[in-house]
Amino acid sequence: MTLKKNTLSRRHFVKNTSLITGGIILAPSVLTATTFKAKEKKLKLAVVGCGGRGTGAVTQALKADANVQLVAMAYAFLDRLDSSFENLNKMFDSSRIKVKPSKKFVGFGSYKKAIDEADVVILTTPPGFRPQHFEYAVAQGKHIFMEKPVATDVAGIKKVLEAAKVAQNKKLNVVLGLQRRYQFNYQKANSLIQEGAIGNIVSGQVYWNSGGVWVKPRQENWTEMEYQMRNWYYFNWLCGDHILEQHVHNIDVANWFLGSYPIKAQGMGGREVRNGKDHGQIFDHHFVEFEYANGAIISSQCRHQRGCLSRVSETFQGTEGTCHTSGASDTKIKSYSGNHIYTHNSENDKNPYQVEHDRLFAAIRSGEVINDTEYGAKSTMTAIIGRMATYSGQEITWEKAMAAEHILVPNEDELSFDSIPPIVPDASGDYPIPVPGKTKFY
Amino acid sequence: MKLSQFLSFGCVLYLFNHGIHLNAQDFQNYTQAITNENISIELVAIKGGSFTMGALEEDITRKADEKPNHKVKLDDFWIGKYEITWEQYDTFVYANIDNSQFIDKKGLKAMGIDGISGATPPYVDMSFNMGKASAPAVNMTQYAALMFCKWLTAKTGIFYRLPTEAEWEYACKKGNTDKTASLDSIAWHQENSNEKYEKTGLKSPNSLGIYDMLGNVSEWVLDQYSTSYYAESPTKNPWNKPTELYPRVLRGGSWKDTANKLCCTSRQQSKAIWKRRDPQIPKSNWWHTDAPFIGFRIVRPKIQPTKKEIESYWLDAMMDF
Repeated sequence: MTLKKNTLSRRHFVKNTSLITGGIILAPSVLTATTFKAKEKKLKLAVVGCGGRGTGAVTQALKADANVQLVAMAYAFLDRLDSSFENLNKMFDSSRIKVKPSKKFVGFGSYKKAIDEADVVILTTPPGFRPQHFEYAVAQGKHIFMEKPVATDVAGIKKVLEAAKVAQNKKLNVVLGLQRRYQFNYQKANSLIQEGAIGNIVSGQVYWNSGGVWVKPRQENWTEMEYQMRNWYYFNWLCGDHILEQHVHNIDVANWFLGSYPIKAQGMGGREVRNGKDHGQIFDHHFVEFEYANGAIISSQCRHQRGCLSRVSETFQGTEGTCHTSGASDTKIKSYSGNHIYTHNSENDKNPYQVEHDRLFAAIRSGEVINDTEYGAKSTMTAIIGRMATYSGQEITWEKAMAAEHILVPNEDELSFDSIPPIVPDASGDYPIPVPGKTKFY
Repeated sequence: MKLSQFLSFGCVLYLFNHGIHLNAQDFQNYTQAITNENISIELVAIKGGSFTMGALEEDITRKADEKPNHKVKLDDFWIGKYEITWEQYDTFVYANIDNSQFIDKKGLKAMGIDGISGATPPYVDMSFNMGKASAPAVNMTQYAALMFCKWLTAKTGIFYRLPTEAEWEYACKKGNTDKTASLDSIAWHQENSNEKYEKTGLKSPNSLGIYDMLGNVSEWVLDQYSTSYYAESPTKNPWNKPTELYPRVLRGGSWKDTANKLCCTSRQQSKAIWKRRDPQIPKSNWWHTDAPFIGFRIVRPKIQPTKKEIESYWLDAMMDF
C-alpha cells in the first residue's frame, strides 16, 4: 500500500493509484523487454523548492505513479523543508518518502545536490531561480516538472529556451505548471476554437483580478537577503511581479487559443493601494494591450486590490461568436445570434494539477516525450513584455524586448544570506519603484 | 487608560452583561449587534419540542439516508433569519484578530474560549463574481463557518454555533418549508436561479419568518455525515460530533441543485474534491476552491451551555491533504 491508512478512506485518488498498479501487473505480456524495464524501474524523485506548492507537486507525482520514491529535498530554509517533509510523511508511508537526513539540502546552491540524486525533478522555487535550475537539470539528463513562470528576466528566458533544445535532443520530458493546458474545459474550448466554432479571434480580455497575497513581517535576525527570500513575491528578481507570477496563466490561454505570440504591447500600471515599505517594489495593477501579427488585440488586466471586482477568467470575441473560460466554472461558447454552441460543466473533471503529473509519468514510462518549455517560456516572455510596457509607459515590441540584455537575477551559486540582493532599500526603508515615463523598459 | 480603550472596555463588559440579560429576557426574535463593527445579525426564536426527523417510510422518492425516521426532542433555540452574508463574513475574514482585543478575558474563559485564529484571506475571489454585500458568503469550510461563530461569541459574549442537523430540520419542518409548498416562491434552485446565488431574503420567508432555508446556498450544519446515525441517534438534542474531515453534512440545497433536492429532509455530504484546485499541501483549512454553493446560518441555544460543553463545540481543524 502506498498511502497511509488515515488518508485511504476518504481519498478518491486511491483508485487512480491502484489502477496504475494494476496496469503494471497486467502489461508485461504485451510489452517488449525494454519498455517493460522502463515500466518497472523505480523512479527517484527530488524536489527543489519545498513550499506549499512544491509539497503539493510531490504528492501529485507520488500519486501519479506507484513506483516513484522521493529521495532528496532542497530549499533555502530548513524550517520550511522540515514542515514539508513532516506533511509528506503524514500522507505517505516510508516506502515512498525515502529522504535520508543527509539528502535534505539547505541554502543557496543546494539545488545541484538534490537534482544529482534523482531521475525526475520538481522545480518549484520562486521563478527567478528557475532558469539556472532548469539548465542544470537538463544538463544532468533529468525528467522535469517545473512551475510557471519559468524566468523573471529576458536572460532567463533565453537560457530556458536554449536548455529546452537540449532537453528535446536528450528526449527528456518537461511538464510545466500552466495547468489550464491540462484542464478539460480549456482543452475543449481550444479544440472548438481551432475547429472554427467562433470564427477567427479578433479580440479578447484576460483577467487575474484578486485581493493579493501574504506579507511576512521582517524579523530582526534576518539579513536583507533573507527578508527578500521570505517575501519573494514583492521583489522582481525573484518573482517578476504578479503580472508574471499569476497572470501568466491567463496570458498563456490567449497565446494558446490564438496560436501565436504578440508582436508588441503597451499599457499602464502602478501602486495604488498596496504601497507600504513591506510591499517591496511590485505594482498592484497592470493593464496591457497585446497586439498580435493578425491584428487581434488582447487586453490583459491584473490587480491586487481588495474590495474591488474580482475576476480570474478569459473571454474571446471571434468573427462569429464568443468564448468564455475560467478555472472555476464552465466553458461557454455562444454565437452572436445567441445560440449556445457549447457549455461545459467542469464539476466532475479531474484535478488538472494531478493530470499534469499523470501525463508526465505516463510519458516517462512509455517513452513518449512531452516538452512544454517553449510555450511556457514564450508566455512568460509575453508577461515580461507586459511588465516592461507598464513599468516604462512605452510601446514594447517582442523584438526589442528579446534584445534586452539587462540581467535581474544573480548567479545563485555565488549567493549567501549575507550577499547584497540586486535591489536594496534606501535609508528610509523604501525600495526603488518603477516610474512610468522615467523607468527604462527593462 | 486612553478614552477609546476605556470605551471599548466598557462596551465589551456591557455586552457580556447584556448577554446574561438576554438569557433571562423574553424568548423572542431579536437583532444581535456586534461591538465596533458595522454589522448585525437577525435571529428568529424557535420554540423547542418533539418532531419526527427524517423522511416518511412510505415516501419512495426520498433517499435511504433520510430513513429511518425517528422521534427527536429539541430545546428552544434561535436561528439566523438569513444566511450569513459576505458583508458579515468578510468582517471576520479581514478582522485583525489580535486576541488582546477581547478585553474581558475572564468572560471569554467562562465561555470556553482561549483564543481565536483568523481566517486566511482567500487567494482568489471566492464569490466567483456572483455578488458580495448582502449575498450569501460561500466556499468556506465547515471549520471556517464554526470559527466565525467562535469569533461572534467572543465579540458578543453570547454563545453562537452552527445548527445541528436536527435543529436545522426542525426549523425547516416547523416553518412549513417543504417541496410541496410553492417552491419557486421560497427558493432559488437550478431552474429559476440564473446559474448563481441571489441576495439573501429576496424570496418569501417560511411561516417562521426564516428566509432561504431551502435553496440559494446549501448550509453547513454541525454533524458528521453518517447513514447509520438515524438508526442509533439519541432522542434528545442529537449531534453526531465529527471525527473525520469528510463527509460532513450540509442542508437545504442550493442554486445549483434541481428542485427535487430541495427538501427539509434531504442531506448533502461534503467532498474532498471541493478543494481540488487548491495546489498547496496542506490545503487551506478555511476555503474550498470549488464549492460556490455552500454557506451557513447560525444558531444560539436558549440555555447557554456550560464552559465544558461549549469547548466541545469548537472543532479542531483537521489537516487536509
